Amino acid sequence: MSILEVENLSISFQQYGSGLKRRTLDVMSNLSIALEAGEILAVVGSSGSGKSLLAHAILGILPDNAKTSGDIRYNGEVLTPERLQSLRGKEIALIPQSVNFLDPLMQVGKQVRQSARKGDAISRQKAVFERYQLAPHVAKMYPFQLSGGMARRTLLSTAAVSGADVIIADEPTPGLDETVMKEALENFKEFADEGRAVMLITHDIEAALTIADKIAVFYAGTVVEIAPIEDFTGNGEKLRHPYTKALWKALPKNDFIPIPGAQPHLDDLPLGCLFAPRCPLMTEACTKARPEMRDLRGGKVRCIHAT
Amino acid sequence: MRLEAKGISFKYGKNPWLFQDVDFEIEAGEVVGLTGVSGRGKTTFCRILAGFERPVEGEITLGGKPLQQTGVHPVQMVLQHPEQAVNPRWKMQKVLQESGPLDDALRERLGIERTWLSRWPNELSGGELQRFCVARALAANPKFLIADEMTTMLDAITQAQIWQAVLEAAKEREMGIIVVSHERNLIKRLCDRVVEL
Amino acid sequence: MKTNLSMNRRQRTLWTIVLGFLLLMAILFSKTWVNTGNILTNLETRNVAPSFEHLFGTDWLGRDMFTRTMLGLSLSIKVGLLGAFGSTAIALILGMAAATMGKVADQFISWLIDLFLSVPHLVALILISFTLGGGYKGVIVGIMATHWPSLARVVRAEVMQVRSAEYVKVSRRLGKSNGWIAAHHIFPHLLPQVLIGFMLLFPHAILHEAAITFLGLGLSPHEPAIGIILSESMKYLSSGLWWLAFFPGLSLLIVVRVFDKIGGSLRLLIDPTKAHL
Repeated sequence: MSILEVENLSISFQQYGSGLKRRTLDVMSNLSIALEAGEILAVVGSSGSGKSLLAHAILGILPDNAKTSGDIRYNGEVLTPERLQSLRGKEIALIPQSVNFLDPLMQVGKQVRQSARKGDAISRQKAVFERYQLAPHVAKMYPFQLSGGMARRTLLSTAAVSGADVIIADEPTPGLDETVMKEALENFKEFADEGRAVMLITHDIEAALTIADKIAVFYAGTVVEIAPIEDFTGNGEKLRHPYTKALWKALPKNDFIPIPGAQPHLDDLPLGCLFAPRCPLMTEACTKARPEMRDLRGGKVRCIHAT
Repeated sequence: MRLEAKGISFKYGKNPWLFQDVDFEIEAGEVVGLTGVSGRGKTTFCRILAGFERPVEGEITLGGKPLQQTGVHPVQMVLQHPEQAVNPRWKMQKVLQESGPLDDALRERLGIERTWLSRWPNELSGGELQRFCVARALAANPKFLIADEMTTMLDAITQAQIWQAVLEAAKEREMGIIVVSHERNLIKRLCDRVVEL
Repeated sequence: MKTNLSMNRRQRTLWTIVLGFLLLMAILFSKTWVNTGNILTNLETRNVAPSFEHLFGTDWLGRDMFTRTMLGLSLSIKVGLLGAFGSTAIALILGMAAATMGKVADQFISWLIDLFLSVPHLVALILISFTLGGGYKGVIVGIMATHWPSLARVVRAEVMQVRSAEYVKVSRRLGKSNGWIAAHHIFPHLLPQVLIGFMLLFPHAILHEAAITFLGLGLSPHEPAIGIILSESMKYLSSGLWWLAFFPGLSLLIVVRVFDKIGGSLRLLIDPTKAHL
């Protein structure tokens, strides 16, 4: 059984346009995804594709004007807002992208100890600092005294001592140089090796490929493909969805040739397949209805033409 | 025309030197990568070249003459976070017009759809905003363009789209480009030579 | 799910603003629709309790209290408008100067702000009003000179923040002049803040005007000011003429609340974190 399952999750926002009319924006439609213990799932997509929204929905921190439908299940049990409140930070932990999420007025050692729920907090904090090569005196420092790398390892320590079974990392890598990035990704791998489930949210498909087991590709608020990383190879022949193929070909290490156009805006979504306007395989059927997610060659795809 | 930086040193106030005695040069039409470990002041060095900061020591010349401090700067810079580089209270049309009249050819080359012009910045994604920032910089007809982690936050397709447009424009105008990026594959793909700071 | 008849919050907020504005306008121009003859002495109708003929009752000289209250409030709003307007102008000028004219100007203005904030409004107001000999001029100048500091501080902080924003630096590199940047980047950013500051200054100005008039240090007793009405009525409270203080006081409270509500509603409309509720 999957440790965390999202089924048919749809999110809409109530928003004011110009003037007084309130409209509803469908920012996520019928999204299904599952996280397995001991596995790293990378969620990849461009900005505005809804990948951060998914994290916010799982953690129950969507803004007040959001409406959701569909289920999020943790260990088979449906997460209600109350249940979520009690799980957040304990069973489900977020590793935020920025150091600004640390409390600037509290010693970092104390912050890490606060997240430890089982066992002796002090010894656990010491152990985790040793593991991430943070000197003992760092525990007495305040966030502003930390270098970028130290702060990031502090955030990791917080998630590590929490004993959470599900770890969600939101854009943890942009702007890191290669050695630091490698180290950061290694840390996530360790989490997975301990039997936890890791969801790595990133727009950087290359970083994701180095550690993830599976990649879920987001486009305009839904998942278009879930593929094992072995499929990302060569010219992308093994990939299922035309968008994933285009993404793969546009990488600097591959062709670096983009397809034209841009992701549709939420207030102007196509009626049929969300990718149809940019798709080389588009037929009339594509413009009629949204394709359902289906299993294909050990992965999942939302495209009627994929083989 | 050559952009030359000689003996540039920089520090903030009484803090220790961020870097000292850095030399750098780039010819018109050249694409140069600038790499180095984070924290070495790549961004600050670029900001000096683009006139955002003044060096504590050293001099920058363009075609042998020192850069003037007023008027349109001949070295334009595109930053990593486009959200911070556009006024949130302006519609995109006004953002684009800040550097000159609308240029439809340039707009289309960067894949900016006409309908986006009437939108507010918070209604566009990072990739869409960055296209505007690039278009705005190019419309100022710079001799050199600095791309400081310009596409780091963007997906691969948008990254490739923006770079294709920028490279084409650079070729037409004999414009030089300085690329700052931690992505080795991208630097390898784009640059004629690489300088380590 | 609500029915179609119910309004969304933005509509409700706008209606609040419109209705509040209409009410204030009606009071401000009350001279045109109340019968000003009612405030002449009429000893035959002395001390009448509230009735349909005299909604707020009459006083010991037979003057209609409703008419007096409306005219008094109208005067209060005028004084408040002028005072709040002057205060806002001072705040805008000093705030901008502090943020743009260099370190010395900034230190001096910040010191001035602290100085004025350290003295209670009312004390400074009484001093200034008294020095200028009371009356209209004294009250208005007093209000202008005492209500600007907190808004000036906000303006200063906002200008500094915009000036250091990346998009302003980019604008400079695109060859834009200081004046252009002030007009296109800084001022449009300040406008909503200043507008709300202005609306929220208003109730302060009115209450303080009423307060010092009540204390006898403001407008002259011949004016139909709300502060005068209240202070006069104090003498008759013990004789059971409760309506003399009750209705004018309540009306003043309502006017002040309406201003506060309008200011608060405006703030809700432009606060991006709450704008979509």
